[in-house]
Amino acid sequence: MTELLRVENLQVGFGDRQVVKGVSFSLEAGRCLAIVGESGSGKSVTARTLVGLTGGTSQVTADTLEFDGRDLRGLGDRQWRDVRGRDIGFVLQDALVSLDQLRPIGREIDEALRLHDYGTRDERRRRVLHLLDEVGIPEPLLRVRQLPHELSGGQRQRALIASAIALDPKLVIADEPTTALDVTVQARILHLLERIRDEGSALILISHDLAVVARMADEVAVMRHGEIVERGDAREVLADPQHEYTQALLDAIPSTHSKGTRLSPGTPHVTTVPARPARPADAPVLAAEGLVKRFRGPDGRDRTVVDDVSFTLSAGETLGVVGESGSGKTTTARLALALTEADGGRVLLNGEPWSELPEKRRRGRRREISVIYQDPLSSFDPRWSVERILADALPSDARDPRKRVAELLDLVGLEDEHRARRPLQLSGGQRQRVAIARALAPEPSVIVCDEPVSALDVSIQAQVLDLLTDLQEQLGLSYLFISHDLGVIHHMSDRVLVLNEGKVVETGTADEVFFAPKQPYTRALLAALPTLEPRGERPAMPEPSPTPSSSDTVEVSA
Amino acid sequence: MSAAPITPVGPATTRVDVSGALRGVRPGLALAFAIVGFFVVSALLPALLAPYDPFDVNLRDALQAPTLAHPLGTDQSGRDVLSRVIYGARESLYIGLAATALSLTIALVLGVAAGLSGKFTDGVINRFIEVLFAFPVLLLALLFVTVFGAGTTTLIVAVGVGTAPGYARMIRGQVLAVKNSGYVEAAGALGHSYPRIVRRHILPNAMRPLVVLLTLGVGQAIVWASGLAFLGLGVAPPSPEWGAQLDAGRTYITQAWWLEVMPGLAIVWFALALTAIGRWIQQRLEGGQR
Repeated sequence: MTELLRVENLQVGFGDRQVVKGVSFSLEAGRCLAIVGESGSGKSVTARTLVGLTGGTSQVTADTLEFDGRDLRGLGDRQWRDVRGRDIGFVLQDALVSLDQLRPIGREIDEALRLHDYGTRDERRRRVLHLLDEVGIPEPLLRVRQLPHELSGGQRQRALIASAIALDPKLVIADEPTTALDVTVQARILHLLERIRDEGSALILISHDLAVVARMADEVAVMRHGEIVERGDAREVLADPQHEYTQALLDAIPSTHSKGTRLSPGTPHVTTVPARPARPADAPVLAAEGLVKRFRGPDGRDRTVVDDVSFTLSAGETLGVVGESGSGKTTTARLALALTEADGGRVLLNGEPWSELPEKRRRGRRREISVIYQDPLSSFDPRWSVERILADALPSDARDPRKRVAELLDLVGLEDEHRARRPLQLSGGQRQRVAIARALAPEPSVIVCDEPVSALDVSIQAQVLDLLTDLQEQLGLSYLFISHDLGVIHHMSDRVLVLNEGKVVETGTADEVFFAPKQPYTRALLAALPTLEPRGERPAMPEPSPTPSSSDTVEVSA
Repeated sequence: MSAAPITPVGPATTRVDVSGALRGVRPGLALAFAIVGFFVVSALLPALLAPYDPFDVNLRDALQAPTLAHPLGTDQSGRDVLSRVIYGARESLYIGLAATALSLTIALVLGVAAGLSGKFTDGVINRFIEVLFAFPVLLLALLFVTVFGAGTTTLIVAVGVGTAPGYARMIRGQVLAVKNSGYVEAAGALGHSYPRIVRRHILPNAMRPLVVLLTLGVGQAIVWASGLAFLGLGVAPPSPEWGAQLDAGRTYITQAWWLEVMPGLAIVWFALALTAIGRWIQQRLEGGQR
């Protein structure tokens, strides 16, 4: 195989801040290189350098930056445009943002072709339909005229990939192509990328998800603070990491660790983490009986989003609720919190009626149940400081609010200096800690965690999960833990509830559900989950079927 | 938790220190501040800046083109145009501020009421806003003049009512956005009462864009008021109000261009400067909201 891409001593800076510090790698056709790292590690900037999209204020230098025998250094805008698309395809993370909201996807792909003078109008049209078919978008004739928001997340990502591979580029760069997607959709996107690679294109995959990397990559480069700390054959790096940072990243993956193990390195926050005591099976703190919730759809018909969901949550227990987007997880959470009225069934909180009460009477008892959201930033008033946010959440009869705020900050591992900050001035992990502190402030018995770590990097995620586990031990909390991430759910839960299209598909202890799933849907979900076993060491991933989400079904066989 | 790597905090929006606030100021913006500053001083202490008494009639010097003694020329009664523009700033600024204050008050009441209330009331208020929208400001002004007679107060009311519906709509949108925000739901989940949430979250956050609206509105209101005064519907000559000056100079436009151009420029510069500043504040606020 010939070398397609060679990068030596790549340096990228913005102003006086050096973001990429001397990165070198090379790639051959038909191979996949994964660049792994956390946000801020410089992996995305490295990828963007290869397509000339680092932006006007950046300074890019390299000893070698050679693609297919061509020196990419010092290309002008026009030359970059020529390279981009034709020779190098670029797939961005967030398809909804990357696609023009007001343009049908067919036109979007057509534009990529037109920019590079591809054929006549009719030829382009045929090519667009062929591409949509090839990336597995069902009914291309219909989809070609649809706007991005009319497609499902998986279809949007496919459309984006279709426009990136429109001109059969020799190199495809995918920057976190599956981060926002459900596991089964992710599995299909990865399958598609694999096919593109097998057809002879080189692939650079930017990801923080080591399981995805293990499945896809031939080579891995682990980046941290703008440097490659470890690089080599994917199998070797993942099986026997040499650098401690790679090891830490591997340790942080929740799916490989059963409940009770710590994910983040360093001394535990709580002095000792005792072995999980056997839980008394007394009266549940939260019980749902036959919950039903309907919403009026855009077509005027009622859609049942939560359909006869029942569960119980005992003191000190974690009940994991898992399912894909649209499965009714979040609605279930809102019903449990009585933030939305149920159309049927009821919720009992600490053995007493809860959902049936009028809001006026619920208000006084709201301190018994609190909530942690996926996006902490939007759940804070942007004008308020951390101190005010926490003080506001204290019960009105709190004696010494200042002292209590200090206690809360300490409890979630924040420093006193964070007190005066606004949410915007905190990092993602710190924000989620503040959200946890706010949830703890009223001293609840139940906390509903709605995708609390989905927006976080894997090592920050590990810290937050460890924190939640510690707090549960310390304070005897019960969690209703909602996530689309099977690994996180397995790691956190005592018992698991699998939801699909509003119905409970399967329920049982975490190990029962994960190691001996009874229902085909659960099995399909688990099969779609990428694991750390590197490529080739396990049978090729079957296309997950039956496909769980009805909106993203047809897969065109390769 | 001491081992936690502190991920860099996005685009830093640290506390505003003055040097930092002024560092990014473009020269055009500095000019805008200078112009607004000049007119504000003119409005507060006109005697400090004006070389002559704006009402001092001196027929011998009538209709002189701009000279060193009279940089902006003199009018048909020999009054110094520069002094009149300076003295006129008070009247124009007063009308601009008062009309905007009135307009925003009406808009706040309507916008907040519509945003906070249920579907039905919201719909009713919205229809009312739309009816107001359908009335051209000029027509409203004519109506008011017919009923109350021409004058400063009429002008203020006409411009205030005429420009209110646009602001009302913006404020309603803002209230709705905040009402459906994550932090309002979070406050509800904490068990806070609705009035408390309205007081502590919805109103303060919905008010955030008001500073911008106010700045942009004053400039707009001044242009409106001058236009109405020019049509003889507002402040009447010999008041040095800018629109009134335009009206009075109209007759001499073939002999003395400066009677139209100089007050006209004052209106244009002032409105432009306020708009530039308003946009700047807007950008800063939105930047901070990221």
